Amino acid sequence: MSDAVRPTPVEIPMPLEIDVEKRLGPRFALSVRFEAPGGVTALFGRSGAGKSSLVEMIAGLMRPDRGRIAVGGRPLFDSRAGIDLPPEKRRVGYVFQDARLFPHMTVRRNLLYGQWAGGRRQGAMTLEAVCRLLDIETLLDRRPGALSGGETQRVAIGRALLSDPALLLMDEPLASLDAPRKAEILPFLERLVHETGLPVVYVSHAMEEVIRLADTMALIDDGALAAVGPVEALTGRIDLPLLTGQGEAGAVVGARVVAHDADYALTTLEIEGGGRLQVALLSLAPGTDLRVRLRARDITLSLAPPEAASTLNVLPATVREMARADGAFVHVLVDAGAPLWARVTRLSADRLALSPGKRVHAIVKAGAIDRASLGGRTSRVPGK
Amino acid sequence: MTDWLTPVEWEALGLSAKVAIWSVGLSLPLAVATAYLLTRVDFPGRSVVNGLIHLPLVLPPVVTGYLLLILFGTKGPIGGWLEDTFGIVLAFRWTGAVLAAALMGFPLMVRAIRLSLEGIDPRMESAARTLGAGRAVVFLTISLPQLMPGIIAGAILSFAKGVGEFGATITFVSNIPGETRTLSIAIYSFLQTPTGDAAAIRLTVIAVVLSMAALIASELLARRASRRVKGMEP
Repeated sequence: MSDAVRPTPVEIPMPLEIDVEKRLGPRFALSVRFEAPGGVTALFGRSGAGKSSLVEMIAGLMRPDRGRIAVGGRPLFDSRAGIDLPPEKRRVGYVFQDARLFPHMTVRRNLLYGQWAGGRRQGAMTLEAVCRLLDIETLLDRRPGALSGGETQRVAIGRALLSDPALLLMDEPLASLDAPRKAEILPFLERLVHETGLPVVYVSHAMEEVIRLADTMALIDDGALAAVGPVEALTGRIDLPLLTGQGEAGAVVGARVVAHDADYALTTLEIEGGGRLQVALLSLAPGTDLRVRLRARDITLSLAPPEAASTLNVLPATVREMARADGAFVHVLVDAGAPLWARVTRLSADRLALSPGKRVHAIVKAGAIDRASLGGRTSRVPGK
Repeated sequence: MTDWLTPVEWEALGLSAKVAIWSVGLSLPLAVATAYLLTRVDFPGRSVVNGLIHLPLVLPPVVTGYLLLILFGTKGPIGGWLEDTFGIVLAFRWTGAVLAAALMGFPLMVRAIRLSLEGIDPRMESAARTLGAGRAVVFLTISLPQLMPGIIAGAILSFAKGVGEFGATITFVSNIPGETRTLSIAIYSFLQTPTGDAAAIRLTVIAVVLSMAALIASELLARRASRRVKGMEP
């Protein structure tokens, strides 16, 4: 019979199982247990929360006191079964915060180290493909000492990719770079995530990176797992204080490009729950799914629909929860079909008598939605 | 070409070179291992080991030589065992001169290698392991190349020390022409004879030139190697 009759193979996601305990100091112990589907899992939390230790345990550079780590069902560590694969046997690609390129080798030798020294197979990607993906063809004969920060980090990513990994660990790969370099690398990371299909564990404390790259988010706080789930689900929860700090609080909602208005240079997005938002023109085809972050500070609440205001985006909503007040402001979770957060002063909250169940109108500034608050959700990458 | 030195002088020079080359070759792997142990491994008695290694640097060479004679002489505990088990005799042989030179040069070698080792980021090594390389391959491809400046500097310093070693050597293996009469011992011997001044001066010039050349070479090679390791030139 011919190949055509064969059923198409079912794509099995590569789940990540983590269940580890480790005493890291007299007063600090890490105890984290979660499972994540394939795709990108962000480990999100303050610095010192234990994210990097967790990643080192996955790579085999730190030994948990107890527990189990498995990738795609393959155990890398299992204290009960006596399994503890050395790092070189784990097939876990590791992109370090400080790159760690080998200074005495050319970029080419660095990139292919996993193959000529590590005995790894060629894997899914050739040197040419990786160079194209990361735009590093011209650097091959240079030495790491002669590279810029952004180039160094791209080479480090390429080196991990070319070692035929089953899982990619990225420990704040952008943390040591300034804002322009970050902006230079993020599109490469997006492309990599979508093109290779590798499961990725991405450590970060920058919400912007999480939204653009991650599907699943694991919140780590003080050595413990605070929450785990899809990015949209977690950002809609008001009980996670980690996400409300630094004026960066905001909900992440799924959205779809509905239409463009070239005359006014506006794009209409339909968010989960049917609400519509008009934002500055995006170069995305209608029908594209994406993720939008709506920061609490960009949303105001009104009891009556504003009539003569300059705002385009008004969504009818119901107050769900009020966060504990902190100083002048209070975060309010409203349900506008999708969960949204608004930041209002306590004074306003009292004047409007905001309380759970109250009907309000959420006013979203169109200018609040820019490139940095959008993330791709499909295999298609939003245009640069 | 060869007549600017007498055969006796050539013999001393050749013997010195032979002793120094053997002593460097044999002690190098041990020095690398010792440097690793002292830099990377935290074990009880580390400062004692460190002190023992540096002892030849501060001890009067005669004392070192005498201790060697006690331990490695044919009736000594180690010397006797070596002779019974392997048939190796060190006392009053050129092989004993090799041991004396190696011992005296060892602290210089370990110090130079340690200096290099302290400059290597152990995190580079863990990065290499995540890329599939086992411990041995990581050592050969990551650590050793970066250690080269220290190894070169240490080897050359220890070589120069070996060529010129006098006190421990003459005490341990005495002054036997053709067997243990190395460069320094030959100079000393010529000075003991009324007509030996010219020969002593010729050998002295050679000793000065050799030592200077070793120092300069060690400096240049180490600098070049460290530039390469830092990724500044191909």
